[in-house]
Amino acid sequence: MSTVEASPRASLAARLFQSGAHQKLLAFASLVILLIGFSLASPSFMQTSNIIAILQATSVNGVLAIAATLVIITGGIDLSVGTLMTFCAVIAGVVLTYWGMPLPVGIVAAIAAGALCGLTSGTFVAKMKIPPFIATLGMMLMLKGLSLVISGTRPIYFNDTPGFTEISRGSLIGAVIPGLPIPNGVLILFLVAMAASYILGRTVLGRYTFALGSNEESVRLSGVNTDAWKMAVYALAGGICGIAGLLIASRLNSAQPALGLGYELEAIAAVVIGGTSLAGGRGSILGTLIGALIMAVLANGLRILSVAQEWQTVVTGAIIILAVYADMMRKRRMG
Amino acid sequence: MAAVSPYEMPEAGSGHRQPVVSMRRIEKRFPGVHALKNVQFDLMPGEVHALMGENGAGKSTLMKILSGIYPKDDGEVLIDGRPTDVPSPRAAQDLGISIIHQELSLMNDLTAAQNIFIGREPRLSFGRLDETALNRRAAEIFASMNLKLDPRALVGRLTIAKQQMVEIAKALSFNARVLIMDEPTAALNNAEIEELFIIIRRLRTEGVGIIYISHKMDELKRIADRVTVMRDGQHVGTVAAADTPVDRIIAMMVGRALADSALTVPDLAGAPVALEVKGLARGREIRDVSFSVRKGEILGFAGLMGAGRTEVARAIFGADPREAGEIIVDGVRRDIRTPADAVEAGIGYLSEDRKHFGLAVGMDVRANIAMASIGRFTRRFGTLDETAMRDAARAYIEQLTIRTPSDRQEVRLLSGGNQQKVVIAKWLLRDCDVLIFDEPTRGIDVGAKSEIYKLLNGLAAQGRAVIVISSELPEVLRLSHRIAVMCEGRLTGILPGGAGTSQEDIMRLATQRESVMQPMGGMQ
Repeated sequence: MSTVEASPRASLAARLFQSGAHQKLLAFASLVILLIGFSLASPSFMQTSNIIAILQATSVNGVLAIAATLVIITGGIDLSVGTLMTFCAVIAGVVLTYWGMPLPVGIVAAIAAGALCGLTSGTFVAKMKIPPFIATLGMMLMLKGLSLVISGTRPIYFNDTPGFTEISRGSLIGAVIPGLPIPNGVLILFLVAMAASYILGRTVLGRYTFALGSNEESVRLSGVNTDAWKMAVYALAGGICGIAGLLIASRLNSAQPALGLGYELEAIAAVVIGGTSLAGGRGSILGTLIGALIMAVLANGLRILSVAQEWQTVVTGAIIILAVYADMMRKRRMG
Repeated sequence: MAAVSPYEMPEAGSGHRQPVVSMRRIEKRFPGVHALKNVQFDLMPGEVHALMGENGAGKSTLMKILSGIYPKDDGEVLIDGRPTDVPSPRAAQDLGISIIHQELSLMNDLTAAQNIFIGREPRLSFGRLDETALNRRAAEIFASMNLKLDPRALVGRLTIAKQQMVEIAKALSFNARVLIMDEPTAALNNAEIEELFIIIRRLRTEGVGIIYISHKMDELKRIADRVTVMRDGQHVGTVAAADTPVDRIIAMMVGRALADSALTVPDLAGAPVALEVKGLARGREIRDVSFSVRKGEILGFAGLMGAGRTEVARAIFGADPREAGEIIVDGVRRDIRTPADAVEAGIGYLSEDRKHFGLAVGMDVRANIAMASIGRFTRRFGTLDETAMRDAARAYIEQLTIRTPSDRQEVRLLSGGNQQKVVIAKWLLRDCDVLIFDEPTRGIDVGAKSEIYKLLNGLAAQGRAVIVISSELPEVLRLSHRIAVMCEGRLTGILPGGAGTSQEDIMRLATQRESVMQPMGGMQ
């Protein structure tokens, strides 16, 4: 038998392979190499202000990528995360600026709108059996259109809501530890990541997220209401997109209704670089976080080295191919 | 053959125990097929009851009814003597009926314990999982099975045998009183089979009733208390395993050999060898297979499911790798590594799964027929010569009497028999001299079958070498000039075609397992 069998005494290496940690290590190693490479190439790269800029740049894409990760682990895909983010930002704008409601109401409204849209996508997929790619593609376009309709194609500014920009730009950590002015956007990213990681690893919802992606029919035959759980995963992902909407609106101090298209692909790229399988059943939030960081570090580092924006995109594309190829080679070796 | 009345069922064990399952007068129809006709079956607690029959005899359908996957059309199911409805797999599980499918239905990305308790995870508040309890309970079940297995092991990393143990553990976690095992040893080696038998015997002593579907005669003798044989959707008989000779069981399975239209085996002694295979091998699936086919000959390949026939065909065709073996076409050794190499050498393979591998069903008849010969229709700058393709396609539509309104008809709109003819046309156009047909009549209705048979005979008469893989013994007997029989990856014999060979002869070779195991006494 060439198959590796797990036992409590299995070597550390074997256990790392099994937990999928190997792919995370690979991604993490790439991240470290990038960091070292860029700091050698440019002295300004490792400055605190630049590191914070990288983290701030990661926050929105990171949160979206976490949402995408959840859906992808079920064996689905969510193309609507980008425009859903914008839609939620617009909803926050309507509630706060047009209706003049207090800040907490706007926050709840944005997240609830996200969850509701996610639930709708989930219904298309689970109940109407529309392939996830098509269902969320339709959702992506509908939300893009709705954002423009609701906002009247104009940006909605949050000048009347004091404290709104603090959601992303303020620094709670900086207030406590003056030497560490980490923006709230980054703090929120890590809180979302920890929550999502906990849900995936420790709750029933997380268990079924993996199980659905691994062998849905088998889960169904085990008597689990697979449709309901799948809808729950899409709804959770939608709610997380709502958080991303708040982050980006806060950073821009406005809801930009034309924004959002293209963010879904960036998010999926981060998920893939982080080692989550598009076939479903395998993946991790930590990996996705590292994937999002790799993309932000690349963009930032290449900009510091004065590499043109166009070339940054080329490099990102190549990284995706490399990451997936490395993952495939690893699996082939393991037979 | 002495007929055994369905009502003369010998009792298992002694005393007045009640059957845990009793299926009576079960009827099931699928469109075009009467799958189960008035079938009787019962199971005592603490009994291993083998269910046997050829492929398509209705065993799996019967078990799917018992486990709530299919509804029955008529008849009744009694559990503990009470008429009971089994509307869903979940209901079956709640009744203590668990089925372990031939294709294991586990989630490879989850651990053993997570698989066992899927849908029934021990929970803390707020939907949090109690992993400690989960692993402890799984460990308890493993301990009760005397099984050394880490509950936290990822299922995808376990051997097939261990995965099967996880399935059994899952069944036991439902307090299963009835365990249905569909060919549980198909993917196991001898040591693993022993492991499985030990578990089965332990379950038996604990009063679990086990329905054991298998084709392997020697296993039945070792593990089964009673044997029920099905054929063509009917209950043929139930006998005690210990005092029924294997030959008798085989006779019950195949029925009386049908006096089919006599096959005339041509004398091919002088014909040149078209294909010779020497020492073909890959792991446990293909073990040292050697044979040859002459021009004008139809060589049948018989064997049970999983015997390795398709694997041999795919290895010859270069669709799967081989570890050893020579392939000699027309006396020339060919290094076949890919299907393209095989086609170049003049070998065509017609897959058992036409829709997946043989046809582009969304494209038209013309495109499909030309598919393997596209180079012939390519002009300079890579444009296609549609006129030539049309003419070629029309010629074959006429020659093979493919019933299609035109050569532009989409293949998916044709009947199964006509789709098969399109695949044949594809390989004929490519000038293949060696044609390998894998289950050429699967999914084809009876009328079209004889047409395909005629076509295959015609191909042989033209001097082509034809290999036919078929799981239907009457088909093999009707077509083959010689019959190669496989079991567990080995070629267990080549029989002459014609009236001299019976289905029993083939079954004997098809169930001839490598090692003769020690018969063991029953457990107390």
